[in-house]
Amino acid sequence: MSYTFAIASGKGGTGKTTVAVNLAKHIAQFKTPKVLLVDCDVEEPNDLLFFDNHKLEKSEELFVIVPEIDAEKCNFCKKCSDFCEFNAITIIPSETFIHVNIELCHSCGACFHACKIGAITESLSSIGHFNRYSTTIGNGLIEGRLRIGSAMQTALIRKLKEKITSENRIVLLDAPPGNSCPVVQTVSDADYVILVTEPTPFGVNDLKITIALLREMKKPFGVIVNKSGLGNNEIYNYLEKSAIDLLGEIPFDKEYASKYAMGTILSAIDKETESRYLNIIDNLEKSVKKNEGNNHFEW
Amino acid sequence: MKTIITATGNTEDALFDLRYGRAKYFCIYDKETNSSKFIKNEHADAQGGAGTKAAEQTVELGVKQVISGDFGPKAKEILEKFNIQMVVLNDDTSSIKDIINKIK
Repeated sequence: MSYTFAIASGKGGTGKTTVAVNLAKHIAQFKTPKVLLVDCDVEEPNDLLFFDNHKLEKSEELFVIVPEIDAEKCNFCKKCSDFCEFNAITIIPSETFIHVNIELCHSCGACFHACKIGAITESLSSIGHFNRYSTTIGNGLIEGRLRIGSAMQTALIRKLKEKITSENRIVLLDAPPGNSCPVVQTVSDADYVILVTEPTPFGVNDLKITIALLREMKKPFGVIVNKSGLGNNEIYNYLEKSAIDLLGEIPFDKEYASKYAMGTILSAIDKETESRYLNIIDNLEKSVKKNEGNNHFEW
Repeated sequence: MKTIITATGNTEDALFDLRYGRAKYFCIYDKETNSSKFIKNEHADAQGGAGTKAAEQTVELGVKQVISGDFGPKAKEILEKFNIQMVVLNDDTSSIKDIINKIK
């Protein structure tokens, strides 16, 4: 059975990707090679940039079902338009005008139920691509790439997660930033959530929003403080007061930031970084076992 | 000819609303009878597609001209299709009465 971690953060730019690719690398090297990295930030997937030796193994276009209205059969009753929560269907009876706006359609299917005369048929609309790569690290990487202009992030993330096969022991879901639907969709299948934050007022504020969300979703979680040394102590006081597991700290380092910008953080990992991630992995194991019980987790 | 003027309230003293799809009220002014009536924009707070709905309503009301601050792409597409004139007015200090007096 596989165990799924989601890497999330309320604020963008706190280091989700850095942590996700490093965890994939270190887990593959020291714990189990059966680790799969899943880039769920479908609006701007960038995990792949850090894997020099990647090779595309499979690419597939993904679709959702949208309505197509047959003007010959339609009696202009407007039921489908009234049922549509997203105002995607325009029907103007006096002008016998029918228009479906694919960009507004959320593929909820309500219009198919609304139409009692069979004037609406299913049609496929592309929402983007699923790609599988081998990366020489663990079981590689899969990602979703949203079609430009599409607003179907959650559908794409759901379909991307369906591509995760059971041979993976550890699955790492790199979530999009923020706290909206795509994050909920990503985190919903996670057994444990790794939150990455920074010790600034923005980082703390947005972290609290994500934590409120995770509590509502009843997800266990721990926090990594990235770029430590910046900002102030508010984050540490908050974590201690709320009895939240601190999984580790990564000090702010301008040189590391420039390595990130060049995409080379995985090519030459120094001993200090390595021991920091091994320490995070240890703390992660402890935190997971605390939640699941000692016999319910192994790498 | 009927004209829609987007309004922030439901009287002629109300200020002009710069938004079309998300205007609070639509003032329907009829040039022939020099009369106006106000209808509430039911889709002003819609999550999405407010412009589409406003355009749909505009067509159904038989309006031939709309005066507003701006028109979004989805609304524009429908208004253009039905040859409805879009008049852009960048003036949120005028009342509906002021605008009616200008087009009378």
